[in-house]
Amino acid sequence: MKSLLATLALTTALTLPGLAAARPVTMTTTLTQYGGDGAYLALYVTDAAGAYVGSLWMAGEKSKYYEHLSDWYRATGGDPAEINGITGASVGAGRTLEITLDLADALFDAGYTLHIDAAVEEMRDSPNEIAVPLTAAGAGTAVPGRRYIASFTYE
Amino acid sequence: MIRALHRWPGLVALIFVTVLALSGASLSVFPAAERLAAPRHVAGQNLADLAARVVATHPGLEEIRRSPSGTITAWWFEGGTPGSAVIDPATGLDVGSADPNPVERWLTNLHRSLFLDDAGRLAMAAGAAAMLVLALSGAALIARRTGGWRRWFAPVRGPVAGRLHVEIARVAVFGLALSAATALWMTASTFDLLPDGAQHPADPAAVSGQMQFPVDRMAALQDVPVESLRKLSFPYEGDARDMFTLSTDMGTGLIDQGTGEMLSWADLSPWQQVSETIYILHTGQGAAVLGLILGLIALTVPVMGATGALIWVAGRRGRPRLRDNASAGRAQTVILVGSEGGSTWGFAATLAQALRGAGQAVHIAPMAAFDPARHPRAERFLILAATYGEGDAPASARGFLDRLARLATPPNAPLAVLGFGDRSFPAFCAFAAEVEAAARAKGWATLLPMDMVDRQSPQDFARWGRALGDAFGLTLELDHQPARPVADSLTLISRCDYGEAVQAPTTILRFALPEVSLWARLTGRGFTRFQAGDLIGILPEGSAVPRFYSLASGNRDGFVEIVVKKHPGGLCSGQLLALEPGDSVRAFLRRNAGFHAGQGRAPLILIGAGTGIGPLAGIIRANARRRPVQLFFGMRHPDSDFLYRDDLAVWQAARRLSRLSTAVSRGARPHYVQDALRAEAAQVAEAIRQGAKVMVCGGRDMAQGVAQAMQDILAPMGMTPAMLKAGGRYVEDVY
Repeated sequence: MKSLLATLALTTALTLPGLAAARPVTMTTTLTQYGGDGAYLALYVTDAAGAYVGSLWMAGEKSKYYEHLSDWYRATGGDPAEINGITGASVGAGRTLEITLDLADALFDAGYTLHIDAAVEEMRDSPNEIAVPLTAAGAGTAVPGRRYIASFTYE
Repeated sequence: MIRALHRWPGLVALIFVTVLALSGASLSVFPAAERLAAPRHVAGQNLADLAARVVATHPGLEEIRRSPSGTITAWWFEGGTPGSAVIDPATGLDVGSADPNPVERWLTNLHRSLFLDDAGRLAMAAGAAAMLVLALSGAALIARRTGGWRRWFAPVRGPVAGRLHVEIARVAVFGLALSAATALWMTASTFDLLPDGAQHPADPAAVSGQMQFPVDRMAALQDVPVESLRKLSFPYEGDARDMFTLSTDMGTGLIDQGTGEMLSWADLSPWQQVSETIYILHTGQGAAVLGLILGLIALTVPVMGATGALIWVAGRRGRPRLRDNASAGRAQTVILVGSEGGSTWGFAATLAQALRGAGQAVHIAPMAAFDPARHPRAERFLILAATYGEGDAPASARGFLDRLARLATPPNAPLAVLGFGDRSFPAFCAFAAEVEAAARAKGWATLLPMDMVDRQSPQDFARWGRALGDAFGLTLELDHQPARPVADSLTLISRCDYGEAVQAPTTILRFALPEVSLWARLTGRGFTRFQAGDLIGILPEGSAVPRFYSLASGNRDGFVEIVVKKHPGGLCSGQLLALEPGDSVRAFLRRNAGFHAGQGRAPLILIGAGTGIGPLAGIIRANARRRPVQLFFGMRHPDSDFLYRDDLAVWQAARRLSRLSTAVSRGARPHYVQDALRAEAAQVAEAIRQGAKVMVCGGRDMAQGVAQAMQDILAPMGMTPAMLKAGGRYVEDVY
């Protein structure tokens, strides 16, 4: 567990590319026209037992609002160290967020699940908007979200 | 200092603050509209009942929210599609869309961030800070202008722009300060600068693991009235470990979906409660009426901005641009200016130019900024000071005497004081004299004894310049052409002649009101607003020096009236008495607030002789409120110079004049106005006891005689004319 976390941290630190046991993965999240302000999105990984492993990306820069990403918040306690260096702007309705990360090979086909929590001001919080198992075969397959995410793919 | 604190944020932030105010005012309508549109709440309904109704109509329910305005919104996920709607709490049925109003959202984003995210938020917060500074400094200025915080609502006078600015501000300043202060709090909260983050209930050690407990029987929900609900989130469908999350106006809790029991609870922190109250005060969400009031107040901001800018422009107009002003530290000669209307700056500029021509480094500054430590190389200080009102410091010299008094030692460089004023006023150069006296008392070396310039006389100024030059070995020729006031052309409508038989030709001249532009009206220039007792400056042909006459009418009368007596050899009075209807003269207005009748119901005692009746007649004509007025009028002979005789009869019949006493000076037994006053001593004393105001207008001798008579009348009451003067109840217009 500890070593895996370390791997994640390393892989998400994009200043250290070219790790032998890692591959670049592009994640594309397209939002629906939900008719509200920009959405906060938390991308994170849980293991086969459902326990939080680490965060991949945080779209939205005001830590005050992270509590509305309720599953992620409950898992991390809102610890800013979890998303240090991997935050960006919130994503507007109908827009697409595309991020490329070096992910450890060990994360694939090993029971890990990628989650996205979403929240929009004045609208319903949507934890676990996306929950998709990380598999080599699943790459390139678009998955719809529940409320705010039109489609999510990784490849 | 306060004025600068008010002016600069005001001008710089005008645009930001206007955007903030207009968008805020528009937003203030939404809570009220939502309040009106929200379905009626059900009295006594608890949350369990509401949740059960909504669940019945919306399987897959995920969340119920109640807005501060009372609107209930539900969010669900059913058959793979999300849904949401506004709910009627009585039936659980949909009554409208839950999507945010796009207009409100657009306005909100404009209002808080100019669509620029954090940079915009900071800019708008700076706007709010400017608004707060403006509100607080403005309040201090109002208190200063009205004469203290307890006189907050005392009437103000002056040009329209200035009055409008103050009249609106007196009410609006409270709302604007509230909106601005709450905005800053909310910004601080958004940027996480306040410890008002949400409190989270602790995760329970264990959950029942059961599901399907009926919502309407959940104890934790039955205890919650719908009015206190914020948000109820349902557990994930099929996840037995998940819980209900309930937020109310008291705090947040977690509820077991298998038992309906509260597992864990966290109260709102005091900081959160304060932040929520501030949110309500700022947005009106949950306090719609307050929101509308604040919105209306916000609408005054553009008006305040426009009138404020006009005030600033009007204030700058008088002050010439200072060219080649040497730095404070380098200056050999330091000229300090105390000016109210701005004309003294013109003299200072002429003086500075002449000194520079003689090779001097000259620094000009307002007296209010006096600080000798800033002028280490100063060889001499020159103070040019006008006087405001009854001997007060003019605007640019406020605080000078305090600054002088605080100095441990006087400056080394010697001082010359030049006073500016008008000899026809009792407090001629009184402030300059006070400065001179204070400087001498401090031991400040004298360069020249104090001198005075009467009515902007170029001759007086040139004479002082030569004396100044002699004092430090220069030839100084000061050739100052005072900027002529912008004069209007007044056309005579009618004249009414008196006094030929007593060798004192006198006439009442009535001129048409000149056309006034909108700009002049807004800035209070020209013949826009005046009343009896104000002065009119007439520019006779062949002279640049104006002659002043007291006005016998106000702008509401629709004409400009003065009373003129021919002086032997008098240039101006000769020209005026030669006017025929249709002829015109050049004239400008000068306010004379010290000789206004003022508001109030207290009696007026008006005393005048000869042409001095002019402003008094105007005051009586304007006395529509039937204030008790007693007039004492002295003339030479009733058949010859009984000015306003017919008018006075009409006004007396209309009760605009309560009592008329005349004194006739020609005849077997000469009788003067002060004699008439003594004859009515009991009557006058009684009026004074009732708070009467005494107004005296006429020649110097008459005024002295009247003051003596009043002294005698007041003495038995233990009062003096000086005491009445100090209270503004004894005013004179003497020439």
